[in-house]
Amino acid sequence: MTIAIRCQDLRKRYDNKVDAVSGIDLEVGVSQCFGLLGPNGAGKTTTVEILEGLLEPTSGEVEVLGRRWREPGAHLRERLGITLQETRFSEKLTVRETLRLFKSFYRKSQDLTQVLDSVSLIDKATTLVAKLSGGQKQRLAVACALVGSPEILFLDEPTTGLDPQSRRQVWDIVRRFQTQGGTVLLTTHYMDEAERLCDQVAIVDHGKVIARGSPRALIHSLGGDHVVEFSVAANAAGELDQARMLAIPSAIQCRREGELHQLTVREAHVAIPALLELLRRDHYELSSLTTRHASLEDVFVNLTGRHLRDD
Amino acid sequence: MINWKALGQLIYVRMREYSREPEVLFWAFIFPLLLSSGLGIAFRDRAPDKAYAAVIRSDGAPAVVAALRASGFVQAELLDETEARRALRRGKVSLILRLTGGAGGYEYQFDPLRPDGKLARTMVDQVLQQAAGRTDKVPTRDAIFSEPGARYIDFLIPGLIGMNLMSGGMWGVGFTIAEMKVKKLLKRLIATPMRPTDFLLSIMASRLIFMFIEVGTLLIFGALAFGMKIRAPLLEVLAIGGLGALTFGSMGLLVAARAERIESVMGRMNVIMMPMFVFSGVFFSAERFPAATQPLIKALPLTALNDSLRAAINEGTPWAGLAVPLLILAGWGIISFAVAVKRFRWV
Ligand SMILES: Nc1ncnc2c1ncn2[C@@H]1O[C@H](COP(=O)(O)OP(=O)(O)OP(=O)(O)O)[C@@H](O)[C@H]1O
Ligand SMILES: [Mg+2]
Repeated sequence: MTIAIRCQDLRKRYDNKVDAVSGIDLEVGVSQCFGLLGPNGAGKTTTVEILEGLLEPTSGEVEVLGRRWREPGAHLRERLGITLQETRFSEKLTVRETLRLFKSFYRKSQDLTQVLDSVSLIDKATTLVAKLSGGQKQRLAVACALVGSPEILFLDEPTTGLDPQSRRQVWDIVRRFQTQGGTVLLTTHYMDEAERLCDQVAIVDHGKVIARGSPRALIHSLGGDHVVEFSVAANAAGELDQARMLAIPSAIQCRREGELHQLTVREAHVAIPALLELLRRDHYELSSLTTRHASLEDVFVNLTGRHLRDD
Repeated sequence: MINWKALGQLIYVRMREYSREPEVLFWAFIFPLLLSSGLGIAFRDRAPDKAYAAVIRSDGAPAVVAALRASGFVQAELLDETEARRALRRGKVSLILRLTGGAGGYEYQFDPLRPDGKLARTMVDQVLQQAAGRTDKVPTRDAIFSEPGARYIDFLIPGLIGMNLMSGGMWGVGFTIAEMKVKKLLKRLIATPMRPTDFLLSIMASRLIFMFIEVGTLLIFGALAFGMKIRAPLLEVLAIGGLGALTFGSMGLLVAARAERIESVMGRMNVIMMPMFVFSGVFFSAERFPAATQPLIKALPLTALNDSLRAAINEGTPWAGLAVPLLILAGWGIISFAVAVKRFRWV
């Protein structure tokens, strides 16, 4: 595998007191889609902006496309496309004018109409940025990243705050870029986004990578692929005993969040009948029961005891 | 090596943004025209006013009133003592005249600190003395001096051009950059292969283009509406304007170089511009301030710009005669630009 992005023992301390990144190692292969997954303040933006050459690391090594940021004549910027976590383009320019400006900076660039078409903004070409929806603005940001025909695309939270349909549109653009051989590094705190898009993810918390691998392997590391969530009526006799639940066949882990019990199991069809039997015997009244596939969220909760997002 | 395509695009989008910003267009182009027409009409040169005087009612007073009125120089009215005092306090009259019995003597009451008081005293006195038989010992004759170049409007328009170049430069550059920074647009731009120099060049080039329009509209307006004459070559006037635009643009760049918030940039900008609005002779001559403050006032960039523009436009002073103010102006520009570039933070 050819390496597109590599960093070693990356550290960033702001104002001599805030440790935003405390020793991150990453390796992203060419034409991989790599995701940095983590809660607010984990250090994702700081990490990508160092990789993008926009921030100086306090210490650590960064190599992008085999070159270093300080190296003369590297022309790295010609080869990267970037969206920042937050950019507000000039409201008084149209979509096409904005994109044409960005195109003018690159020596080798794509046809404007083609780029607009690829992000489905062709019929908004002459609309002022002020009149775009959130999803359209985000797609314009991606278009500005794509217009220079980059080899690597950096996307910092490309779909935060977008509705499901807009998120899917962004995902499609990213996938298309990747199938054409492009490398993608994105950050997100949506686990489903990471699961769907990324070949590899690194879960970041408090400036450190706490787990890495393919989404499938990470979920697999939980030991069970299913989560059974249930709650019981409050009038039941006493609390449910954790130890007894772990005794349920194929149960791996048991956790409680408020009224909700979460049981990670290897095989739902074995565990659920046993669980129901246990509740019936002890006269607990079941008020809800759902099962779902385990997700990266569960991996994160399992590792930290916290959720990725507060909502 | 300049990337001309990028530079062209950067300038083009600045023009585009401006053209879609009606308020900016109003303040930059329409407002100075309204202001200069308003002030030009209010302070247009006219025949001197009559002097207004009150004559306190007494025997013989009506005859004096009639004599004063007949002169054509004095508007006199007959009033009681209390009425007359009130009229003086309110500025309705500038002088109170009392007949002091006996040998046809008069007493003048006026406030010597009020220019109109002194003027009225002189005019009334002259009428009364002539009526009493005084004759002039030396013959005199009045010649009216009101040619283009010496009127208030001629003083005002170069001042407005200077003021416009200052606020346009400082706001146009400082505010724009601060806004781009707050919106993270600067960071996004610097993440492309765009050369920082091209960006700064585009900002300054846009200022120059606006300078042509701003200076041009005011000069054309002055010439058409008030028959103003431009005595120096147009190229010289535009070059002075260009230097002013670049200097104040650089000062705007300096103010925004490290900006984190728009409000702090606006505050700093006002602190810098306010004293110049007052002291640099936009609406009235800066020479009126005490002599001790003159060196300081002359060192302000707007004073230097206004003085140069006035000398070139109204007196046709050539380049060489403007060396001092132009060097002061350029000094401010060069130092601001150098410090701004050194301190500039893109992210
Ligand atoms: N310019 C800065 N000065 C000081 N501290 C900063 C600065 N930028 C970020 N931090 C701090 O560094 C930590 C990491 O921030 P960062 O923006 O990298 O997190 P993130 O993972 O991108 O979070 P989010 O999901 O909210 O975008 C946070 O605690 C943040 O408060
Ligand atoms: Mg972030």
